[in-house]
Amino acid sequence: MKKKLAFAAALLAASVLSGMANAKTLVYCSEASPANFDPGTTTGGNDFDASSRTVYSRLVEFKHGGTEVEPGLADKWEISDDGLVYTFHLHPGVKFQTTDYFKPTRDLNADDVVFSFDRQFNKANPWNGDKYLPNLTWDYYTGMDMPKYVAKWEKVDDLTVKLTLTEPNAPMLANLGMDFASIVSKEYADQLEKSGKMADFSTKPIGTGPFQFVDYQLDSVIRYAAHPDYFKGKEKIDDLVFAITPDATARTQKVLAGECDIAPYPNPADIATIKANKDVTLMDQAGLNIGYMSYNTTIPPLDKPEVRHALNQAIDRESLIKSLFQDAGATPAENLIPPTMWSWNKDVKTDAYNPEAAKKVLADAGLKEIQLWASDRVRPYNPNFQRAAELIQADWAKVGVKAEIVNYEWTKYRSEGKKKDRPGAFQIGWTGDNGDPDNFFATLFACSAIGVSNYSSWCDKDFEDLIQKAKKTSDQAERTKLYEQAQVIFAKEAPAFLLVHSQVYAVVRNNVSGFKMDPLGIHRFDGVDKAE
Amino acid sequence: MLKYILHRIALLIPTLVGITICAFAFVRLLPGDPILAMAGEHGVAPARYEELKEQFGYNLPIWQQYTRYVGEVVTGDFGVSISSKRPVLEEFKTLFPATLELSFFAMIFAMVLGIPAGIFAAVKRGSWFDQSLMGTALVGYSMPIFWWGLLLIIFFSGYLGWTPVNGRIDLQYFFKPITGFMTIDTLLYGKWAAFRSVLRHLVLPTIVLGTIPLAVIARQTRSAMLEVLGEDYVRTARAKGLSSARVIGVHALRNALIPVVTTIGLQVSTLLAGAILTETIFSWPGIGRWMVESISKRDYVVVQSGLLLIALIVMAVNLIVDVLYAVINPRIRAA
Repeated sequence: MKKKLAFAAALLAASVLSGMANAKTLVYCSEASPANFDPGTTTGGNDFDASSRTVYSRLVEFKHGGTEVEPGLADKWEISDDGLVYTFHLHPGVKFQTTDYFKPTRDLNADDVVFSFDRQFNKANPWNGDKYLPNLTWDYYTGMDMPKYVAKWEKVDDLTVKLTLTEPNAPMLANLGMDFASIVSKEYADQLEKSGKMADFSTKPIGTGPFQFVDYQLDSVIRYAAHPDYFKGKEKIDDLVFAITPDATARTQKVLAGECDIAPYPNPADIATIKANKDVTLMDQAGLNIGYMSYNTTIPPLDKPEVRHALNQAIDRESLIKSLFQDAGATPAENLIPPTMWSWNKDVKTDAYNPEAAKKVLADAGLKEIQLWASDRVRPYNPNFQRAAELIQADWAKVGVKAEIVNYEWTKYRSEGKKKDRPGAFQIGWTGDNGDPDNFFATLFACSAIGVSNYSSWCDKDFEDLIQKAKKTSDQAERTKLYEQAQVIFAKEAPAFLLVHSQVYAVVRNNVSGFKMDPLGIHRFDGVDKAE
Repeated sequence: MLKYILHRIALLIPTLVGITICAFAFVRLLPGDPILAMAGEHGVAPARYEELKEQFGYNLPIWQQYTRYVGEVVTGDFGVSISSKRPVLEEFKTLFPATLELSFFAMIFAMVLGIPAGIFAAVKRGSWFDQSLMGTALVGYSMPIFWWGLLLIIFFSGYLGWTPVNGRIDLQYFFKPITGFMTIDTLLYGKWAAFRSVLRHLVLPTIVLGTIPLAVIARQTRSAMLEVLGEDYVRTARAKGLSSARVIGVHALRNALIPVVTTIGLQVSTLLAGAILTETIFSWPGIGRWMVESISKRDYVVVQSGLLLIALIVMAVNLIVDVLYAVINPRIRAA
């Protein structure tokens, strides 16, 4: 029996091998193993690269390389005047992937959409709890406040789905483009439930996306093939392989040696070597993040905007960024949102370095001592809080302000830092989720976020009115105007010192075309081609 | 002999209890809260935090968490990974062959080079070979594995292009594992080219992982050999007029190897510790890398059970070595 099995396996291997001879294969050196292949249950960028962005599609998608929302499985949608009801019209004839473990008998329909969300919050749904996987938490669904905003999902007919909200929330559309909102197959789920193999749903995925799952060797290799019936047309590459390579230097070497075509996150120390190589290109883009330092705007003299401006002016930001990021570089932040995000106001500039002017204002305000907070964690937007604190301390000393550095372990750091009466300047940052400006402005500086994630305890009525209005307005042009104004107020009031948007990098071989850096930090392979 | 073995096994019980306590305690001493780590940048609402704490059992008093854990382990339940939701034991079984295969080759590499080098150095004591060998062994013993591995990759794979950068086999070969040992599986499928690819991929990680054991074995063989060469029976053998090769190869070596066997047994823990770094650099899908990734994900369950499983293996190997030692050296049994 064993011999027969081995023979059958050998035959299978041989057929795969011969099949691969003429196929166009793209190898991506990914940075970590995916937790599993069900994007509703995971939270890591590497999990999403391996599942939602390859195997699945969503009602709406983010424009490749941007944060604008465009049609996905839904060709079009209407939003009611009160902003409470969203009606989605599904693209007809969308095929699920056919694999050796699942043969779909029908096309995508409204049942799949309703099921994809229902399973994430409805405790009565058998896929919500332990019956499917142990210790499920549906982190992203709850993290994005979906339970608060979603009243119900309804099937209108096979190709129409209706979403009703509890209150108007314009960023909802962007939420539906996020990974957790990937549409899964209800037919496949039903089949697995019947056969008692529910856990397979997370290890053998079925979706409507550009690539279909073939095989995963734990911690080693993931294999995909182009989905032949992909509703946007079959991809140009036939096979997609993820070679899991956790070490950054090894990843770079693999691309240089031609063993991989694309690798993300090179080591900053290797950047000079990569730039010197003629066969590869270093791609970069400002990431969807912001590193900043919040002043507690409720404690004098930091309650005066001119004092906060003076502290900003006293910091030699250019040297600070150079010292922190070295060769990797980073985009100095002018606004709270990065330039890749829609509504970024190009006319707004943050405070320029001017220690002379700062010195006078600070002396007049009588600011002699200040607390300056730092933690031990490496973040994409700030690789070394302690080093940054020391450099800022030195700059402030030059203008007559003595800074005392306060240190805590990361978890405690944040819980202490968000207290309303926390004194001084607090270094922190944010990595965005869905490319919607609301995810930055409201999350970080809304009045309601004081004590949660508004580390400046800043509540400005004009700013608040603008961002709340923008949250309830569905028209993007209108929202853009509101956020542009909000950025003007932010610059005028200076509740924080804005540091950088860190860069995200990828090393790509020159025979690869169509690969784009994504501000959301994901890696997509639809539209990518490779010359032999 | 049986009594000796049973005695050794009995001694393992307190060690085992100690290991469960250590694994349990170490994991809880790691800075950072597992629930906050899972939630990422967002953080969680306080109510949700409490809910999750209860779901994972972190709300219980620490001793209750411990007894619960031991109770599960005793029944063979090593828990389910927090991040992947797969049973820890299943992941361990999938990944362990990769570590075992690499460790096996590293050990062979260390023995095949280390034992002859040690013998030769002992015989030519004080020569330039002896001195340079011992100097090199000291360097090898102090080698930072991470740096050494990257250096070899950059030189041999990047600059010369002789060896693949990392991984276990070229990506064009694709088959379902039978035993999990790539060298064996490729032969079972009869794929010679794939087998060669596996060997090529083994070269650098074997050297990196085998460096420290090689240094230790060479030094140990040399000193054991020196000791034996001064013994009366060796002098007698020489006096009988036996050839130098026979004196060294048969009379001296057999006795000198006794402490070397123990050393080799002890190197198993060095190999498993070295595997953590080697596997990370070489993208080797084994248990070392699995542990590192689980620590960074604050996957308590995997770290705790992984530590325990690795400790069990080290203990089992030590037991086997002790028994082997008793077989080679009858004086031990009596003691």
